[in-house]
Amino acid sequence: MTVQRVKFYQTGSFAVGNRLLDPAQRSTQARMDRANSITSGHRACQGCGEALAARYVLDAASRATGGQLVVVNATGCLEVFSTPYPESAWRVPWLHSLFGNAPAVASGVAAALRARGRTEIRVIGQGGDGGTVDIGFGALSGMFERNDDVLYVCYDNQAYMNTGVQRSGATPPAARTATTPAVGPQPGNTFGQGKSAPLVAMAHEIPYVATATVAGLRDLEAKVFRAMQLRGARYLHVLVPCPLGWGSGTGETIRLGRLAVETGLFPVFEAERGEVVAVTPIRRRLPVEEYLRPQRRYAHLFEPAVRSDVIERLQAMADRNVRRFHLGGKR
Amino acid sequence: MLSQIEGSRAVAEAVARCRPQVICAYPISPQTHIVEALSALVKSGRLTGCEYVNVESEFAAMSVAIGASAAGARAYTATASQGLLYMVEALYNAAGLGLPIVMTVANRAIGAPINIWNDHSDTMSQRDSGWIQLYAESNQDAVDLHVLAFRLAEELSTPVMVCMDGFVLTHAVEPVDLPDPSQVDAFLPALRPRQVLDPAEPVSIGAMVGPEAFTEVRYLAHLTQLRALDRIPVLARELRDVLGRGGTGLVDPYRCEDAETVVVALGSVLGTLKDTVDELRAEGVAVGVLGVTTFRPFPADALREALRRARRVVVLERAFAVGVGGVVSADIAAAMAGTPQRHYTVVAGLGGRPVTRDSLHSMIADAAADQLAPLTFLDLDHDLVRQATGGQP
Repeated sequence: MTVQRVKFYQTGSFAVGNRLLDPAQRSTQARMDRANSITSGHRACQGCGEALAARYVLDAASRATGGQLVVVNATGCLEVFSTPYPESAWRVPWLHSLFGNAPAVASGVAAALRARGRTEIRVIGQGGDGGTVDIGFGALSGMFERNDDVLYVCYDNQAYMNTGVQRSGATPPAARTATTPAVGPQPGNTFGQGKSAPLVAMAHEIPYVATATVAGLRDLEAKVFRAMQLRGARYLHVLVPCPLGWGSGTGETIRLGRLAVETGLFPVFEAERGEVVAVTPIRRRLPVEEYLRPQRRYAHLFEPAVRSDVIERLQAMADRNVRRFHLGGKR
Repeated sequence: MLSQIEGSRAVAEAVARCRPQVICAYPISPQTHIVEALSALVKSGRLTGCEYVNVESEFAAMSVAIGASAAGARAYTATASQGLLYMVEALYNAAGLGLPIVMTVANRAIGAPINIWNDHSDTMSQRDSGWIQLYAESNQDAVDLHVLAFRLAEELSTPVMVCMDGFVLTHAVEPVDLPDPSQVDAFLPALRPRQVLDPAEPVSIGAMVGPEAFTEVRYLAHLTQLRALDRIPVLARELRDVLGRGGTGLVDPYRCEDAETVVVALGSVLGTLKDTVDELRAEGVAVGVLGVTTFRPFPADALREALRRARRVVVLERAFAVGVGGVVSADIAAAMAGTPQRHYTVVAGLGGRPVTRDSLHSMIADAAADQLAPLTFLDLDHDLVRQATGGQP
């Protein structure tokens, strides 16, 4: 393959243009031989963060394993938009069983490969936040506890988008969903204890836990590569904005992912054996309003009157993340 | 060679000789001794090439089996009662995906009220799950049916459950002739899966199917089950040739040829029934017993043939469809529709209540004299019922 030297282009983001990198370090997507694990023509919505993240994750995993990959998918958007019979967008061996059992099915695949002496083939389980942090949580915890050789990837768009935007255990406080409507004195989702799947994963002391967003696709790829270097149970939690569910522009997906990180609402970090080993520091910290305003699911916080009481509580959550994960960043 | 062995251990030995590659287990009484014995077989190195996965629920057990089977491994699990119900969603999924998983169900009642003892409520509730259901009369039967089950499942690419009565069989120690490993190998070839998750030849399994093809998928599953009705007797004969014992696979008639009254039943109660029939025959009553080994697919033709000369049929139910009556009875009534035969349903042995020869004797005698109500509860404690209802029957 010939390598063409190109000029430096400032991309307008903090990212350095991919083409400046050493070929070995370039995005998997920039390679002629990228796997195209999920092909174009599937039925995801315009601006879908999950489709983007899944492509990056699986292409990177394919590259990391030399294409020796089996994928188990939970029920959800990703499953539905990729495999409406008789079509399939997958070019990897792919199995969909149920909504709440993808981690256990992945464990079964891994056990079969061990029994058959085919451990060079690696297993990825994947699902949305509903399939992961709610209905599939028991299976996920079981897979972690047994330390089965599975990388499980949660594409978190913070609600049951496939069924029409209902609240999940990953829905943030104050967000409007179809089952937490923006009515009454406390509109949107309640302020509960929350459920941080990455922290619960870490409590299992599994070899690797990481978070990422679609705003940091090179970071996402690097984490997939790191995960595939390790054996045992690994967990990757990817924030994937959903234009439909979040009420955001289809061109806003990447920007919202970045704002979630830069406000401190979504900490990006890596942990090994239960301990945080790396965080993505915030360069220029932004107030949570910057993240909330572009999303219709938070519209009730700004109209007809600004709910500064609610916004302050969300800001406090972001501040706590910054302290807890040492995210830094000036305000 | 006969050995004095507990039913659960005998089944574990038989399963091990079928060389499963993935066994997943979640404990529930009265299945526990089976999976305990298998874990010892794997851990001691007597069963090699097998991954034993201790899972966190029955739902996970079936899910692990699904993943393992789809990845080309011979997969086995065992459960009972609430555990079977907890894996229901995955049961239908395994059947829909056509995965040749074999599972033992140690039949047990379903709560509430919680009850660990034997009846058929659990497996009967799953008769429409798409799994083939084989019912063992004895521990010897249970052992041999597992060998048959793996062959059948893999030949048709459909899951099979072997149902054996909890405690009555699983915990009973009696002489069992364990199949020799060479006999099992002669009967059961290595697994050749219909499709397998393999990077060398990627397939998508479990796609979403809409109205345009869903009916066809279900119809194809039905055709597979109908094919099982042809294959089971053939395979049972083949296994009989290898082992030198065993039944015909679908139904098991006993003294039915000239019987005016035939009692139909499944499972271990058949032994007691056969003894009772012998007693009644000695008294000159023309009765017989028809054991149903294969309940799903429903062997309607074989049943019609076995029952066609009977004037009356008594179905002894070890399960109960509340608000209706018999579960097996409904299928038998449908199979015998258009005949002048009288049909009786007797619900017996729920939640482990012993089904005694005495009770069966008087019940069958009543039926033979047409003195039996269409729906009868064997040994029902009428006083207890009246206490609860305030005097109502």
